[in-house]
Amino acid sequence: MSFPHRHLLGIKGLSELDIHYLLDQADEAVKISRRREKKTTTLRGLTQINLFFESSTRTQASFELAGKRLGADVMNMSVANSSVKKGETLVDTAMTLNAMRPDVLVVRHSSAGAVALLSQKVGCPVINAGDGAHEHPTQALLDALTIRRAKGKVGRLIVTICGDVLHSRVARSNILLLSALGARVRVVAPSTLLPSGIADMGVEVFQRMEDGLRDADVVMMLRLQRERMAGSFVPSVREYFRYFGLDAEKLKAAKSDALVMHPGPMNRGVEIASDIADGPQSVIEQQVEMGVAVRMAVMETLMLHGELAR
Amino acid sequence: MSARILQNVRIVDPSTQMDEIGDIVIVDGRIAACGTEARDFERPSNAEIEDCEGLIAIPGLVDACVHIGEPGAEHRETIASASRAAAAGGVTSIIMMPDTDPVIDDVALVDFVLRLARDEAIVRVYPAAALTKGLAGEEMTEFGLLLDAGAVMLSNGRHTVDNPAVMRRAMTYARDFGTVIAVATQDRQLGGAGVMNEGLFASWLGLPGIPREAEIIPLERDLRLAALTRSRYHAMSISVPESADIIRAAKARGLDVTAGISINHLTLNETDIGEYRTFFRLSPPLRTEDDRTAMVAALADGVIDIIVSAHDPQDVDTKRLPFADAENGAIGLETLLAAALRLYHSGDVPLMRLIDALSTRPAQILGLDAGTLKPGARADIALMDPEHPWVLSKDDIVSMSKNSAFEDARFTGKVLQTLVAGVTVYRA
Repeated sequence: MSFPHRHLLGIKGLSELDIHYLLDQADEAVKISRRREKKTTTLRGLTQINLFFESSTRTQASFELAGKRLGADVMNMSVANSSVKKGETLVDTAMTLNAMRPDVLVVRHSSAGAVALLSQKVGCPVINAGDGAHEHPTQALLDALTIRRAKGKVGRLIVTICGDVLHSRVARSNILLLSALGARVRVVAPSTLLPSGIADMGVEVFQRMEDGLRDADVVMMLRLQRERMAGSFVPSVREYFRYFGLDAEKLKAAKSDALVMHPGPMNRGVEIASDIADGPQSVIEQQVEMGVAVRMAVMETLMLHGELAR
Repeated sequence: MSARILQNVRIVDPSTQMDEIGDIVIVDGRIAACGTEARDFERPSNAEIEDCEGLIAIPGLVDACVHIGEPGAEHRETIASASRAAAAGGVTSIIMMPDTDPVIDDVALVDFVLRLARDEAIVRVYPAAALTKGLAGEEMTEFGLLLDAGAVMLSNGRHTVDNPAVMRRAMTYARDFGTVIAVATQDRQLGGAGVMNEGLFASWLGLPGIPREAEIIPLERDLRLAALTRSRYHAMSISVPESADIIRAAKARGLDVTAGISINHLTLNETDIGEYRTFFRLSPPLRTEDDRTAMVAALADGVIDIIVSAHDPQDVDTKRLPFADAENGAIGLETLLAAALRLYHSGDVPLMRLIDALSTRPAQILGLDAGTLKPGARADIALMDPEHPWVLSKDDIVSMSKNSAFEDARFTGKVLQTLVAGVTVYRA
């Protein structure tokens, strides 16, 4: 099987077949991660560089662990100790790194499109680990894997995405992926946190949690950044939690076995109540586990079966 | 069960377009029957019957723009004193502006106002909540919680929100809660140091003027944003015909837009300022006589939806000053109906439309249980003699502050009795 893509820059452009292939691979990777001996030789001798222009703990750790479990040599570069601080342009950084002959680049950047720009200048597969408010494909894949393993399918499920869709790359990637797999996607948010044209993105839009959560199979909460909580996009934390925070009362509208998801890191008491985050319907910890598996699957696929496989 | 009957009264109720002589039967604070047909209504045996021949009964007035000094300036007006002034004017519901000290921008303050009103006011008091924290025009307030607490609309006080991005987001957020944003379309910068209508009269007086564009430009901007966000917008107090034209066009485009005007701008003009009389210093400023007559026409044809008193109590400390140093504002609750009747007596505005603009329409815009005499409605009623001549003497002013633009003015038509929930709260 060859994978008909050079990079993973977004969910956009992936077919339903591509997605299921990656999820199938990830299912295998889960088995590896659950063994006592987790290290394999799949990517032995290959070099993975994690290039994070925007700080991240969880995603970077997840990619690092995924690479190490596949036997790759992993190097982390974060903006704090890179030449970007000294004024080097993104493209120059990319070309410098390219000269070091890495075999995969995992890139996060605060500007939408930056990862795609970088990918044009290097000779190895590039994985988007989040670019601005554009895409975060591995998050969407790990969410889909979590859903597929819990529900046995993704198609025809009702998935409600709640919160700051406007600034969320997770939401965009998830809308694309879930729609591609045939799920019914809804979004719930105050209108100030919805992007223009949202109704034409193939989702149903709601302003009230009670309406948007009705009969949902999956409830995906999004993180609300602190700087957006005090009067600019929403008036206050308490008002946001009152109308848009997921608590036991609002969750009742969803199906009784609905999954509760969150990409992390959570703001307890802002977008989600603690008892729900820790409750029986929550699959937030499973998402983290699936994250490593999905990233192993993506790296193995691109580096061994992708268009740029050496 | 308590019951009373107002008998042989001419009933003018815009909510049903009723104008006929009949009775009003009130049972337990609500209208049980109204009109000619009420004569056939089976009367409760204990009903207190009052003959009202020669009088007109209208739904109690709903005044959507009332400034009160409480909290923060209780020496000018309290909620209790404002409610007495309202009752004397036939006003049974007042919407209290949030520009108090502290500003009504928090649930606790809405609660405070409602408790005080419940305990001390003799008419209904509805708080309007601040649109932005501290009315600073920067961060929006907790619309959802404020409305749930009992606020009936959102307002940014006496000025427009300077920053269009803030205004856009506030309108977008307000739409989710279905509430109306009421704005005094006054541009702070363009109005600048102006104290009266810009023009020849101001120039002769040597006073800095406020151009009409200070009202027109922010109104046009806001209506563009209302179209963009598809939110409900109410221009609280417009004063020039250009503004009325903008509102007319916006309504024709299908926007959910309404407009109000103060009674002062319908009955007075800039020449009333005369020799620097500060009671005529208002915001927006009094305009020319041509403007006034055009606005009366816009009211008559419904482009301007409602009339407000813009009641704004000021004491001598803020009014007995050189014109340019004085505060804006005039009281107006107790003269609202009497002054409005001038437009009826002059033949410019039919009585039905006038009462609609003073009662039914504002209640509709704000979603209040008011402005109607339909069976089932709360019995908030003003009884007036439309031909009763009188002169407003300073000593008779009920309001704590005496800054009336109608001091010593002659009126034809007077409120003789005001009922709230069927109980008489004022009798002349």
